[in-house]
Amino acid sequence: MALLKVSNLNVHFDTREGVVKAVNGMDFEIGEGETLAIVGESGAGKSQLVLSFMGLLAENGSVSGEALYRDKDLLQMKPKELNRIRGRHIAMIFQDPMTSLNPFLTIEKQMTEVVRHHQGLRKDEARAHAVEMLRAVRIPDPEERIRQYPHEYSGGMRQRVMIAIGLLCEPELLIADEPSTALDVTVQAQIAELVNEIRKETRMSLILITHDLAAVAEVAERIIVMYAGEAVETGSVDDIFYRPQHPYTQGLLASVPRLDRSSDDELQAIPGNPPNLLELPSGCRFRDRCSEATGQCCERPPLWIAEGGRTSRCFLPMEGGAIVTEKHVAEEAE
Amino acid sequence: MNSKLETKAVDLSVDDPFAAAFAEEDVRGRSLWVDAWHRLLKNRAAVVSGIIMIVTVLLVVFGPMLLPWEGDFTDWDNTSSPPSMETGHWFGTDAVGRDILVRTLEGGRISLLVGLVATLVSLAIGVTYGAVAGYYGGMTDRVMMRIVDIIYALPFMFFVILLMVVFGRHIVLIFVAIGAVNWLDMARIVRGQTLSLKNTEFVEAARACGVDHHAIIRRHIIPNLLGVVIVYVTLTIPQVILVESFLSFLGLGVQEPMSSWGALVNDGAQDMESAPWTLVFPAAFLTVTLYCFNYIGDGMRDALDPKDRQ
Amino acid sequence: MTKPVLRVQDLAVTFTSFTGGLLQRRERQLRAVDGISFELHPGETLGVVGESGSGKSTLARAILGLITPDRGRVMWRGEELTGLGEEELRQKRKELQIVFQDPVASLDPRMTAGDIISEPLWTFYPNMARLQVEERTRGMMKVVGLLPNQINRYPHELSGGQCQRIGIARSLVLNPRLLVCDEPVSALDVSIQAQIINLLQDLQKKLGLALIFIAHDLSVVRHISDRVMVMYMGQAMEVSEKSSLYQRPLHPYTNALMKSVSIPDPRLAAAARQDRWLTGDMPSPYDRPKGCIFHNRCPYRVKRCEADVPALRRMENRDWVACHRAEELDLSI
Repeated sequence: MALLKVSNLNVHFDTREGVVKAVNGMDFEIGEGETLAIVGESGAGKSQLVLSFMGLLAENGSVSGEALYRDKDLLQMKPKELNRIRGRHIAMIFQDPMTSLNPFLTIEKQMTEVVRHHQGLRKDEARAHAVEMLRAVRIPDPEERIRQYPHEYSGGMRQRVMIAIGLLCEPELLIADEPSTALDVTVQAQIAELVNEIRKETRMSLILITHDLAAVAEVAERIIVMYAGEAVETGSVDDIFYRPQHPYTQGLLASVPRLDRSSDDELQAIPGNPPNLLELPSGCRFRDRCSEATGQCCERPPLWIAEGGRTSRCFLPMEGGAIVTEKHVAEEAE
Repeated sequence: MNSKLETKAVDLSVDDPFAAAFAEEDVRGRSLWVDAWHRLLKNRAAVVSGIIMIVTVLLVVFGPMLLPWEGDFTDWDNTSSPPSMETGHWFGTDAVGRDILVRTLEGGRISLLVGLVATLVSLAIGVTYGAVAGYYGGMTDRVMMRIVDIIYALPFMFFVILLMVVFGRHIVLIFVAIGAVNWLDMARIVRGQTLSLKNTEFVEAARACGVDHHAIIRRHIIPNLLGVVIVYVTLTIPQVILVESFLSFLGLGVQEPMSSWGALVNDGAQDMESAPWTLVFPAAFLTVTLYCFNYIGDGMRDALDPKDRQ
Repeated sequence: MTKPVLRVQDLAVTFTSFTGGLLQRRERQLRAVDGISFELHPGETLGVVGESGSGKSTLARAILGLITPDRGRVMWRGEELTGLGEEELRQKRKELQIVFQDPVASLDPRMTAGDIISEPLWTFYPNMARLQVEERTRGMMKVVGLLPNQINRYPHELSGGQCQRIGIARSLVLNPRLLVCDEPVSALDVSIQAQIINLLQDLQKKLGLALIFIAHDLSVVRHISDRVMVMYMGQAMEVSEKSSLYQRPLHPYTNALMKSVSIPDPRLAAAARQDRWLTGDMPSPYDRPKGCIFHNRCPYRVKRCEADVPALRRMENRDWVACHRAEELDLSI
């Protein structure tokens, strides 16, 4: 049973220069215990996608579509109801732990506040629970360190505290937005290890958002590749890494420097810059940067589907796939 | 006198598959000021205040020229007469028959001028002082700020009254006295901003490019201070006008026959019971002006806050 | 063998701070850079890799004189930079340049791309004709892969990658001989990182620059470096040729770093995960381990490592390493 099922999600922002369509027609679902990675460049809409159904969009943003959490539509919920789900059932951790933690409160205060709000524990129970969590994320001397302030922790430790806070209420779904991007490689490796362990123990589902394709190779089970607000390719982790279909996915893979390959070949970069969402090219949004673009790419590319939920939005045929007529074609005609 | 730069005879072009896309015209940039301006225009209170201020300025500058009498013309037939259309004195007259409308508008010239000039003086001194103290830091900063603290501690009124008594009630002196005290706040604010700007990466980058200290202050620090300074200026102008009004109220302001709103309020207060119009009109102009500057100041502060940008 | 154009000898930078309350003020020393020495030849790239707290950014600034070192010398083309007066040092900026990590923060938000790139020109050639300045600026923009018609754009209107190109253009406009890049791609998306690395490599070849490329990830410096220096808590653990470092690192810390890099291949990544051995965090810089600075996290330590500081010494293959057991260990990847 799908824990979270998102259908035809669109996110628009009203700006002075016009309407910015940050997310277009996204469909995906995630089941219990699954790990889904959403990968794309900055501005691809991956954060906005998630913020939209968490009720955290900026004021000038509007969202349409459906986001069913255990069959209840998050987009239709009243703020109070959404608040109960946020933190308790669905937890989210953000990119920069320094700005997500309040520098004026001790770690203890920040953690116990969360747990008491959602689970109504007494002060000493909440504290004990928090210390346990810190221990689970491998903070040394949690009894002592819980009384310290964020600035007394290193970057890696702060991120671990953020994960601990996210896990405090034992959520069913954890959404992590660029959790390791600001951290050193050794710390990134440790955090990935930690997250894997936690998943195994708790059957928690995880949505991991990042621009670093390499980082998800060890953690993800399924991957959605986003470009300019749309999903250009989805598939299992093996499909994406070993049999990428879409030129953008292939480009992303080729641009990652690899220690296991020779260093004499030049790094294959994807030319050009991420698109300006106010001035999108017609048809395929990637065509200005695509090495395989042809004349027909000025039209909207079709969606290919293969078994196992594998999809690709491109004119290039997908192995084992068939083109699907889409329900939301009418909307895109505008 | 053009210095030549030695350039290597090397082909510096990079293989760019999109070279064909080189457009002819330069794209116009959209500076942060333009963004802020648009945001300001959305703030209704600020826009309305702005319009009122523009109208007021036009009135005080051109109004007296259009009216049939000057500020010191005494209309013996109509002394202390209430506002009426028949007499032609729309705002009424005071005890010696001078038209309140003209007096108010001419008084406005002085009040606004004091506001503007004194603020400019405090701006010029305060910004330079604060930027230098904040940028050079260390002992320079400490000494300079101690001086500010000491001057701050001196009773302002005392100082101004002393000046007035010694040098007489000359209008220029009023500008100087007020400006000379107001720069202290500006210096403190600018110093604080400079301290944080000094540590930004783009200032470090400028140093790494060999830009010398004077140029850094001029080209990087001061332009990035302007936002805060402008907001502060819009809030200083009403402060200054009020100070001048207070001085006039004490009888230390401008000398007759010149007048300011403060002086008019002073005169009007004396006849408050018998001829309330002599107080009401100048006071109204003064109050509305103060409100407007405050709304504009608030609006500018919101408009210049970079966090609202998407 | 050409003469080195840059020679750094025992460079050290210490920051002092005060702790304790009003009555018990104690001085605390943070040795950000603790005795770094190396040489650089024209046209050569030295990759400097280290994690946060390794002192690599401080090193970059100390070499360029943006921070005054407490100890050590920096020799540039035979002349000593450390100890030069402010004005003389300022003149040297024409030859020594830096590209910063945060592409947007290193650009003045109130200046256009053109203004930013041409600032060094006005600074050193105030009498240069405006037209000539503009021409050179546009030329520079083309060289770094920016469309010249963007010359009036502001940083907030451009992407991270484009801003970094402006930073690079600015640093190259005076034809420097040394370019220090302080984590130039860390703040960029992985897909853009490759573009910028290729660009820097290209420019280096064409302009014959000596390049110091700082990063926190060994995989990022690999393409562009000739030699790599690995730093840990202000000290150099290893300085090796690229070919030898990536096959057989000499220092355990280098080995650990290499194993931490993410591999974009699920099967290899799962296998690599088993291989990782580095645990714990870097010790507090105020509480530095005695002896070898890495010993408390090192699985290969022996008694000697706890007391004796290993000096950076030359091995047979001309690589340098600071480890007592370098000869006996085989840390091949």
